[in-house]
Amino acid sequence: MPTDIHSSIPPHPRLSLGPLLYYWPREQVLDFYAEMIETPVQVIYLGETICSKRRLLRPEDWWDLAERVAASGREPVISTLALIESEGELKTLERQCADRRFLIEANDLAALDFLEGRPFVTGPSINLYNQRTLGFLAARGLKRWVLPVELGRATAIDLMSVRPAGVECEVFAFGRLPLAYSARCFTAYNNGQGKDQCEFRCGEHPDGLLITTQEGQPFLALNGIQTQSAATHSLLASLDDVTALGIDLLRISPQSHDTAAIVRTYAACLSGDLSAANGLTRLRDLAPDGLVDGYWSGAAGIAATAALTGG
Amino acid sequence: MELVCPAGNLPSLKAAVDNGADAVYIGFRDDTNARHFAGLNFGDKQIQEGLRYARDRQVKVFVAVNTYAQPQGWERWTNAVDRAADLGVDALILADMGVLDYAAERHPELRLHLSVQASATSPAAIRFMHRHFGIRRVVVPRVLSIAQVAQLIKESPVPIEIFGFGSLCVMVEGRCLLSSYATGQSPNTFGACSPAAHVQWSDTPAGQETRLGGILIERRDRNEPAGYPTICKGRYEVEGETRYAIEEPTSLNTLDLLPQIMSAGVAAIKLEGRQRSTRYVSDVTRVWRDAIDSCRRNPAAFKPKTDWMDTLARVSEGTQTTIGPYERTWH
Repeated sequence: MPTDIHSSIPPHPRLSLGPLLYYWPREQVLDFYAEMIETPVQVIYLGETICSKRRLLRPEDWWDLAERVAASGREPVISTLALIESEGELKTLERQCADRRFLIEANDLAALDFLEGRPFVTGPSINLYNQRTLGFLAARGLKRWVLPVELGRATAIDLMSVRPAGVECEVFAFGRLPLAYSARCFTAYNNGQGKDQCEFRCGEHPDGLLITTQEGQPFLALNGIQTQSAATHSLLASLDDVTALGIDLLRISPQSHDTAAIVRTYAACLSGDLSAANGLTRLRDLAPDGLVDGYWSGAAGIAATAALTGG
Repeated sequence: MELVCPAGNLPSLKAAVDNGADAVYIGFRDDTNARHFAGLNFGDKQIQEGLRYARDRQVKVFVAVNTYAQPQGWERWTNAVDRAADLGVDALILADMGVLDYAAERHPELRLHLSVQASATSPAAIRFMHRHFGIRRVVVPRVLSIAQVAQLIKESPVPIEIFGFGSLCVMVEGRCLLSSYATGQSPNTFGACSPAAHVQWSDTPAGQETRLGGILIERRDRNEPAGYPTICKGRYEVEGETRYAIEEPTSLNTLDLLPQIMSAGVAAIKLEGRQRSTRYVSDVTRVWRDAIDSCRRNPAAFKPKTDWMDTLARVSEGTQTTIGPYERTWH
């Protein structure tokens, strides 16, 4: 596979690596990012977005990683918590937002309060659904927004047509879909524990805890307070469409295995070195519980086009 | 503390008013509100009559326009805001920043409340929305413990309204896409969780099955009651066991907490259930009116009466109620 980033032009749309949503051992996280800065991703989001109890990496550690990402010629972005409940969480958020070295991804309204007036990104859990919200946030400093995952190409087209100059659109292009957040930690709950006594059981599920229906269909994955799809959302079958629309970035969401191979597959398909059909054959082997892409066409998120499944 | 009651139609609005509501909240007949169900909600004539009925009895009427507008349907949301302003409602309950921006600019005199669907859970989030849209009240998502609610009230620039009773959203409101993952339609985009057209009930040899968008979300014995078919209250396989992996089919009842809710300085308590019957609205409004009055007279001695709890249990979905996230052990 053509993987040498030094000899090829960066893919367009650019590839980004979304924030790590799971709780992996510290060494695994550091190794993971060391590997990622050798891949064709152009933007890397760093930080804990799910649970403030996860502290194997502190904000300082994420900033160190951001420096390393920047030194590799890639753009680091600091991602922030998606659900703010406590005073402590708010203080950490404020501290992250006060640091001016890196661009910051807001994932909760609270971050907008701290970031207003300087450049920022909104993540998929900020509800930017229409042109007026886009214009309003652009006037506050928005430089890039991640399309909420339940919105599809029709809304993307409308928003792209009215977006203010210099504001980029990123779409969630690979990974288990972030679907919901709760006060409850579901990993702890399924272990008979409350969040305050969680014993970090989420660390035992490097890609989330799988939920299947009573007839054996993989359905959801529980990741602490977050609920994800069990299936992996992929826009690989729609790359031509996404490119033609002028989408600026495609987000790959980290998983515990083969993320580098996934990034390289997307890059090779974007550059034309690999056909979408062959790329999809590879992806099918790398997604733990099947591929879906229904949201992009305005269908149920769990639906999949024939091209995606090879059916 | 204001008692804010639900109404899905004119008889329910009157029932809420007659049984002691301080305010009633309603929606228009389309996807601009989060209870977009067939046969539910208000046209202009019903609203005018409802407003007259409520005003004559010193009760306020709020209109919820609390879903998220997309570019294709944008005018429906601005029209809803304009209609509510023209009708002279007491407050508009909004979630979408774009719709809030429109309402604040076009109708600066109109009182705006931030809907629970906006997902504002902290003083910073509320500050941001207050600074830009002049919101005068916030309905907070069901994610905070009562201690956290009390703290938030101290720091919030505007009064806080909380949910006290009814169907329990397990996920932070406004950021739950479980329904659209299975059906293509969510509270944000369509104004309903688990829209009826996508729900299928069937009796099979293995038990009674509920499917949403074709996905089996519950299979139960014939003697078990069926609740509203949401994904978060379905039963699934987790590590080889069949269980309610997210939440049991339970609903919220905070009557036990009423003294703490009042002493925390909660400005208003909201009862869920615009989709429920007029009888439901009468019953829950009457119980909560009595309870609030009783607690106000003597908070130290307050204890929920058995007949209140019986009435609430009878109208609750599922077989049990919970204090939910207001109690830390739920988290």
